[in-house]
Amino acid sequence: MTASQQEQLRAEIVGLVDKIGPGRSSLIPILEDIKRRYRAVDDEAMQVVADMLDIHPVEVYSVASFYAFLHGAPQGVNVIRLCRTLSCDFAGKEAVADALRDELGIDFGESTDDGLFTLEWASCIGMCDQGPALLLNDEVHTRVSPDDVRALVATRRSAGKEG
Amino acid sequence: MTTASIESQGNALTYATIEADAGLRAAAAVSRPDIIDTVSASGLKGRGGAGFPTGMKWNFCAAEKAEQKYIICNADEGEPGTFKDRVILTRFADLVLEGMTIGGRAIGATLGIVYLRAEYRYLRPHLVEVIKRRREQGLLGRNVMGVEGFDFDVITALGAGAYVCGEETALIESLEGFRGEPRNRPPFPVVAGLLNNPTVVNNVETLAAVACIFAKGAEWFRGFGTDKSTGYKLFSVSGDCERPGVYEFPWGISVADLLEEVGGQGAKAVQIGGASGICVPAKDFARRLAFEDIPTGGSVMVIGPQRDILDVAENFLEFFVEESCGQCTPCRLGNAKMLECVQLLKKGACAPEYLADIKALGDTMQVASKCGLGQTSSSALLSILEHFGDEITGRAPSA
Repeated sequence: MTASQQEQLRAEIVGLVDKIGPGRSSLIPILEDIKRRYRAVDDEAMQVVADMLDIHPVEVYSVASFYAFLHGAPQGVNVIRLCRTLSCDFAGKEAVADALRDELGIDFGESTDDGLFTLEWASCIGMCDQGPALLLNDEVHTRVSPDDVRALVATRRSAGKEG
Repeated sequence: MTTASIESQGNALTYATIEADAGLRAAAAVSRPDIIDTVSASGLKGRGGAGFPTGMKWNFCAAEKAEQKYIICNADEGEPGTFKDRVILTRFADLVLEGMTIGGRAIGATLGIVYLRAEYRYLRPHLVEVIKRRREQGLLGRNVMGVEGFDFDVITALGAGAYVCGEETALIESLEGFRGEPRNRPPFPVVAGLLNNPTVVNNVETLAAVACIFAKGAEWFRGFGTDKSTGYKLFSVSGDCERPGVYEFPWGISVADLLEEVGGQGAKAVQIGGASGICVPAKDFARRLAFEDIPTGGSVMVIGPQRDILDVAENFLEFFVEESCGQCTPCRLGNAKMLECVQLLKKGACAPEYLADIKALGDTMQVASKCGLGQTSSSALLSILEHFGDEITGRAPSA
């Protein structure tokens, strides 16, 4: 990260803390916002957040690493979370998982090199009556078939980095 | 909000027949102790699964002296197979907010927080919209319904992807900006909850039920269900059945009757209460869904005759290995050992002595874990071992 990028990051986080508040209760909303904006919560960001909230960076890391939606690793523009819990499993999630692996060329827990996709398993997402279900970023997709997955990936791929 | 969320099938819900804000009007007209008396008289018990009497919880909190109190709506609906709160929040958010407002008045809280799981983020704009409208209608904010001194407002907060945050003290830790690790209890949240202030945490469905109880009366509510389990309950039905969806039934319905309603006859077992629940075999389908028989938060997953019961156990244990917060050893390591055992059983490589050890470990986890997650995560496997011994042991060894 260059010095000017660092300054920009710091300025954005300062703005976020101003908006959300400087208390400890703001930590998770702040991390969530950073994660959505930068697709990662890196060491630099954790340090800045720690400075702003007057806590140790290890505290920030401890929280970020606890939550599935906050963990630090960089994610693609499109985060696909396929539900792996029982009812979606019964409904055929394994075929959908294979189509995703096949289409993206990565396994669960990985991201594509072009930074467009991250593939993750999700614990039950509450769509058990309409499985197999997945979340594409904040969007829920239900009764997904392997064909749907191929179409979805193609659409997102052509949308490119701007999403 | 998504169309998928509205599309859920099921049967007719009583909520749809409740006059808007009739409950809040009734509660605003009476004193705080009378509100709690009505809730107690209705016999309402927590709908999240634990079944704690709501009136008692509110009474404990009301008795505390504090500058600030809170009422939290637990919308961290993460139990596998549960989706009724999603449907309630989509179609009946007003009832939930009404119940929260009544609860706020009862315990003396001026702020309510809806804690929504991150996976339901798409519901947040809808909730924010409903809250805004209720403020404009004078149903939230200062002097609710024109009653002097009845101040109550609601904000929303998002989780960040952790099943354990459905446990009330972990939820509070998360709201405070910490890892979602459950606290030691006591003190209970009603005494020292959010930011050390007295706090009531109620499930979405519990709060909606409160609004109905005040609209129609405690006696009306007691007219449904059994003596010990009053009222009706929403069940999230999924798995191997013809008509999955959200169903309302009075407490006390038998598993067999429920299966008939949803087109799940012929099932070999039903998992009730989600991954943390129990696996009920076909021979026990006469058992009833009620706090005095099979208590549940409403998750019903139908397991058809074609399924391998060990796949079911494996799926749940993978879930718990992922979702254990890691704080207590019995849960952190126990779930991993139980999963390993299921995988050994699948390969026909689990010695009977080892299986006995695993059963003992499951019992230990139930008594030695701090929170509900570790106390219940072995239940599914233990019930499967009890009822499906013939199916799971003695498999031909494989690679």
